[in-house]
Amino acid sequence: MAAKAGSKGKRARGNLSFNGWRRENGRVGVRNHVVILPLDDLSNAACEAVANNIKGTLALPHAYGRLQFGADLDLFFRTLIGTGSNPNVAAAVVIGIEESWTKRLVDGIAGTGKPVAGFGIEGHGDIATIARASHKAKELLQWASELPREERGIADLWVSTKCGESDTTTGLASCPTVGNMYDKLIPKGIYGCFGETSEITGAEHIAKARAVNAKIGEKWMKVFQAYQDEVIEAHKVDDLSDSQPTKGNIAGGLTTIEEKALGNLEKIGRKCKFIEVLEPSESPRAGPGLYYMDTSSAAAECVTLMAAAGYAVHTFPTGQGNVIGNPIVPVIKISGNPRTVRTMGEHIDLDVSGILRRELTLDAAGDALIDMVVRTANGRLTAAEALGHREFVMTKLYRSA
Amino acid sequence: MTAPHFLVHSPKDNVGVVVVEGLKAGTRMLGVVTETDETRDLRAKHDIPIGHKIALNPLKKGDTIIKYGEDIGKMVADAGSGEHVHVHNLKTKRW
Repeated sequence: MAAKAGSKGKRARGNLSFNGWRRENGRVGVRNHVVILPLDDLSNAACEAVANNIKGTLALPHAYGRLQFGADLDLFFRTLIGTGSNPNVAAAVVIGIEESWTKRLVDGIAGTGKPVAGFGIEGHGDIATIARASHKAKELLQWASELPREERGIADLWVSTKCGESDTTTGLASCPTVGNMYDKLIPKGIYGCFGETSEITGAEHIAKARAVNAKIGEKWMKVFQAYQDEVIEAHKVDDLSDSQPTKGNIAGGLTTIEEKALGNLEKIGRKCKFIEVLEPSESPRAGPGLYYMDTSSAAAECVTLMAAAGYAVHTFPTGQGNVIGNPIVPVIKISGNPRTVRTMGEHIDLDVSGILRRELTLDAAGDALIDMVVRTANGRLTAAEALGHREFVMTKLYRSA
Repeated sequence: MTAPHFLVHSPKDNVGVVVVEGLKAGTRMLGVVTETDETRDLRAKHDIPIGHKIALNPLKKGDTIIKYGEDIGKMVADAGSGEHVHVHNLKTKRW
C-alpha cells in the first residue's frame, strides 16, 4: 500500500545522506545489478537464457540494433552504453550477433572502469555462447554481491522525473510535490532532469523563462520548435487531440494540451532553473543542477533515456495510474488522486491526496517525497520493482536501412 | 478546515477542478483558490467526476479559458456557472 504523506519528512531538513555503491568512475548507484545486455534483437534469447542460468542477473531485452544508421544509430549506442554505464549497474555481460558492434558496446561501458565482457554469437551458435556468457555472468554476479554500500551525501544522488497518465490532480498535487523536492534538493547539489518535449506545448513560454540564461532559453526553444516542425507538422493528421491529451488524461479531466503542459511543468518547482539542454540519453556535464532532456512523453521511452544518461532514481507522478517501471532504476510513483490510490494502491509509493483535501501542505508533501527518495536509495523496493515492471524501451528516430 | 469540493489554481482562473468523488448536481460546493487560500461558494449544475472542471462563472462560446492563470484553450459551446467544462465545450487553440 502507498505510504501516506504527512507524518514523516523531518529528514528533509537535516543533513541528508544515503547508502549507495560508489563505482569506479566516482558515480554512486542505489542498485547493484549485473545486466545481460543484448546488442540487438537477435541476441535477446541468449541473454534471457543467461539470466535464467545465473540467478540474480538481469537481462534487458529490446527490439532494435540492426541496420540503424546516422543519428538514430548514435542514439541507439548512446542509450545502450549509457544503460550499461549507469551506476546502478555493477557489471555487464554483452551478447551480440557479431563481434564488431558487440565490442563497440563493451568498450563504451568499459570507459566507466566497471567490469564488462562481450560475446558474439556468429561462429559459435546460441548454446555455446550462452555457456561462455553464463560462466562470466556467474563470476561477475558473485563479485558484485560482495561490494559494500557506503554512506554518501545527497549531492551524489541523481534524480530524474517524468509524469504519466496525468490528470488534473497531477497538476494540483503530485507534480508540485516533485517540484517542491527539486526546490529543496537542487540547492543541496543533486543532479535533476525533466523532459517530455511534446508535453510542454502551451507552456513553452514558461519553460523558456526557467532556463538559467537567455542562451540556454534559446537552445531550449530550438529543440521545442524542431519537434513541432519536424514531427508534429510533418506527420499530423487532422487533430492531435486524439493522442494529446491521451484517452486516460481525458478520462481524468484534462481537456487540452496546454492544460496538461501547465500541470506537467509543476514538476520543476518554483525556484530552480535548468542549466543545460541535453540530447536524448546524453549525460549531463555542466555540474550539479536541473537539466532538460529532449525526450518523448511516452513513459517507458523517457525513463529509459534518463536512466541511460546516468540518473539513479526516478520520481513519477501519476493521476490515473500509470504502472511503469524500469529494469535498472527504481521508479517512485506519487499520486494525489484518491480514487487511484484506492483502486490501484499497489502501484503507488507515496499518497499525496491529502493536498486535495487541504490536510497536507506542499511543503510537507515535498519532505515526504524526499524521505521516500532516500528510503528508496537505501534499498526500499518501489512498487514497480516489487511488481516486476521492467519496461526498457529504445527511442527510434526513423526507419532502419 | 472542511475539505473543499473543488480547487482553483489562480485567482485569474475561470474554471476550477472537482476534487471529491461522486459530486452530484445541486450540491452546494466549497472551493479554495490554492494560490491565495480564498474560498468560493458555488452550486454544481451537473454530476461532475473527480478531476473534471467546473465553470466558475458563465462562459460563452469563443471565451478563453484560464487555468494556472494561463490560457488553456477556448470554449466551443456555452457553459453556465457550476456546469461541467471538458472536451464537449472546450478545445485547444493549437491543433
